[in-house]
Amino acid sequence: MAIYLDHAATSPMTPEVLSAYTSALSVVGNPASIHSAGQNAKRMLEEAREQVAASLGADSVEVTFTSGGTEAVNLALKGLFWARNRPATQREQLDHRQLPRPRILSATAEHHAAMDALEWLARAEGAVVEWIPVDSLGRIDLDALAAALGPDVALVNVLWANNEVGTVQPIAEVVALAAAHGIPVHSDAVSAYGYLPIDFHGSGVAALSVSAHKLGGPVGMGALLIARSATVEPLLHGGNQQRARSGTQDAAGAVAFGVAARNAVADLEARSSRLRELRDRLVSGIRSSVPAAILRGDPVNRLPGNAHFTFPGCEGDSLLFLLDVAGFSVSTGSACQAGVPEASHVLLAMGLSHDDARGALRITLGHDTTEAEVDAFVAALPAAVDQARRAGMAAREVAFGR
Amino acid sequence: MSGGVDSAVAAARAVDAGHDVVGVHLALSRMPGTLRTGSRGCCTIEDSMDAQRAANLIGIPYYVWDFSERFKADVVDDFIAEYSAGRTPNPCMRCNERIKFAALLEKALALGFDAVVTGHYASIVTDADGNHELHRAAAWAKDQSYVLGVLTAEQLAHAMFPLGATPSKAEVRAEAAARGFTVASKPDSHDICFIPDGDTRGWLADRVGAERGDILDRSGAAIGKHEGALAFTIGQRKGLNVGFPTDDGQPRFVLEIRPKDNTVVVGPREALDIAEIAGSKFSWAGVPPVDASEPFECEVQIRAHADPVPAVCVLRDGELVITPREPLNGVSPGQTAVVYVGTRVLGQCTIDRTLSAVPV
Repeated sequence: MAIYLDHAATSPMTPEVLSAYTSALSVVGNPASIHSAGQNAKRMLEEAREQVAASLGADSVEVTFTSGGTEAVNLALKGLFWARNRPATQREQLDHRQLPRPRILSATAEHHAAMDALEWLARAEGAVVEWIPVDSLGRIDLDALAAALGPDVALVNVLWANNEVGTVQPIAEVVALAAAHGIPVHSDAVSAYGYLPIDFHGSGVAALSVSAHKLGGPVGMGALLIARSATVEPLLHGGNQQRARSGTQDAAGAVAFGVAARNAVADLEARSSRLRELRDRLVSGIRSSVPAAILRGDPVNRLPGNAHFTFPGCEGDSLLFLLDVAGFSVSTGSACQAGVPEASHVLLAMGLSHDDARGALRITLGHDTTEAEVDAFVAALPAAVDQARRAGMAAREVAFGR
Repeated sequence: MSGGVDSAVAAARAVDAGHDVVGVHLALSRMPGTLRTGSRGCCTIEDSMDAQRAANLIGIPYYVWDFSERFKADVVDDFIAEYSAGRTPNPCMRCNERIKFAALLEKALALGFDAVVTGHYASIVTDADGNHELHRAAAWAKDQSYVLGVLTAEQLAHAMFPLGATPSKAEVRAEAAARGFTVASKPDSHDICFIPDGDTRGWLADRVGAERGDILDRSGAAIGKHEGALAFTIGQRKGLNVGFPTDDGQPRFVLEIRPKDNTVVVGPREALDIAEIAGSKFSWAGVPPVDASEPFECEVQIRAHADPVPAVCVLRDGELVITPREPLNGVSPGQTAVVYVGTRVLGQCTIDRTLSAVPV
């Protein structure tokens, strides 16, 4: 039986979520229908929206359900950019509101959902994207951000916490800097949601992206939180079922999402500290069994379930293969296109060399991870590292055929 | 597993034979977001997904290993350098020599595997002493022993070609269909995988450039102009623009490409006939001849799909010297001459020089 240590990729549904999901799937009714069946589905949907809103310190009206984190991030970045470059009302025009606002400030080392969306905005919509560097721990450079802010900035984008190395970003500082210029901030909180307390209203961000399946909900459900004060142009046009999105709403998915969200925050403190202890056990175990391993990301301000190491002289994909064969599901952490491993852009942005970046392994713990599983992983790791080191780096010279 | 039908069936047969098999797809060139159009290109997302689907159906694990840096250095850059030197390389042979049975094999051995299994049409025969010989495939029309001729005894000891005994590609496709593989009717790939549009000359011109230069006759006299020496292939007749009729009323053919002074040498058809080829970069596919300095009878093949020609081969002054019994046509330095004895691949050399059958 494989030991699953890749909760950042997706975290399994709890029996309670699964049961709520499957019973909701058997309920007939389109939430937009006027008859009783429709009203019943609508009630389920809105209860779920309230649960998600409550889990994030937001109002229901601020929650737009999406097909997942990627759609939420795309909706936020494109929608905010478009809205901020559109003269919205006559009053705003009279305010001599400055247009256009072509610039977007984003931390580098973001998730591809944001980076690719921003690159598309630059390519197709005339946006001028400025990438704010991160330091060696992956934290956004606040001085660089402050220096770049100005009246022609449409929005600021930063992860709540990095999905690869687990570093938690200084959101309050970012929001304070941007707020001084009246610039909205979007934060992708997909990795942080369910692991760190998130107070949408308290944070001051204009938009926040989350996903259900990272905290034990179903794949295919996410949400974009849009502050009452913010305007987002929709990506999908149609029946106007939600504030910023058209399309028939998935009541069953929302129900499952709602249960997962409620459970995630109900005992967040206890769950997080349990994960933090397990994670610290894992980190110290790896450090003593493989002394050459280097912990990446912020050692203190990091996601509770995240451990990310680089192993000098090893290819991450060799390690992943050997550990998979040994019965452990872990990740190299970097984005995959058709499963092709590439050196992580996050690690490169943090200043790592290409070779060091290729030797990365991300181990992420979740609600069902046990101490015994962590210990088993720590015990299996040294042999895998030794063997991966013998297999060497793919780019090196080979001896055969010479 | 390339995502094609051959490697899928090879993997399935290796499993049937009782081996513990893991599917590996090589990421060799980066063409993100591309899909195959017809039979061109490789390493696309579609190929990777096809390979994974086949592995799923066989019930084996599947991984993508990235050798794109090595591939660029050893195959693509080598291809450009060879053409720039006026030679005609075979990148598939280079890939077998340096990637599939070198970089991949080394990594695999280090990770605990015993052999690399591929869908090549070729056979490995083990003699009574346990020595491995490389032989032609039963499916003569699909035989790929030529492109494997660069493999050494050590590489052959860790190679398996489960399709070698199959009489035809049609059988492999039928077997793939019977096994439920979605790739059963996928078109064969042709051309050079890293030049997906098949326009090798254009691809090279983009990377090497093209400059106007002289077309010379065999005496060295300039008889015309060309727009870039690398645009020609040896044996080419069309597009020379050297005027017609020529002095002897016979058409002219490209005999030689000289990148150093950017000239192209042309001459009559007979001058394409090659009486001797030789190369100092050679290898033996398995046990070498007892005494290769004694001339021995063999057959020589100079292209993947050329007919073998009877020849005499000898190792002389550090060169493998091959004298075909009948003249070879259209031989270019950089090509590989693979030496066969019967169905067995004895070895190969990269052709450094050729000797025309018709002296100037």
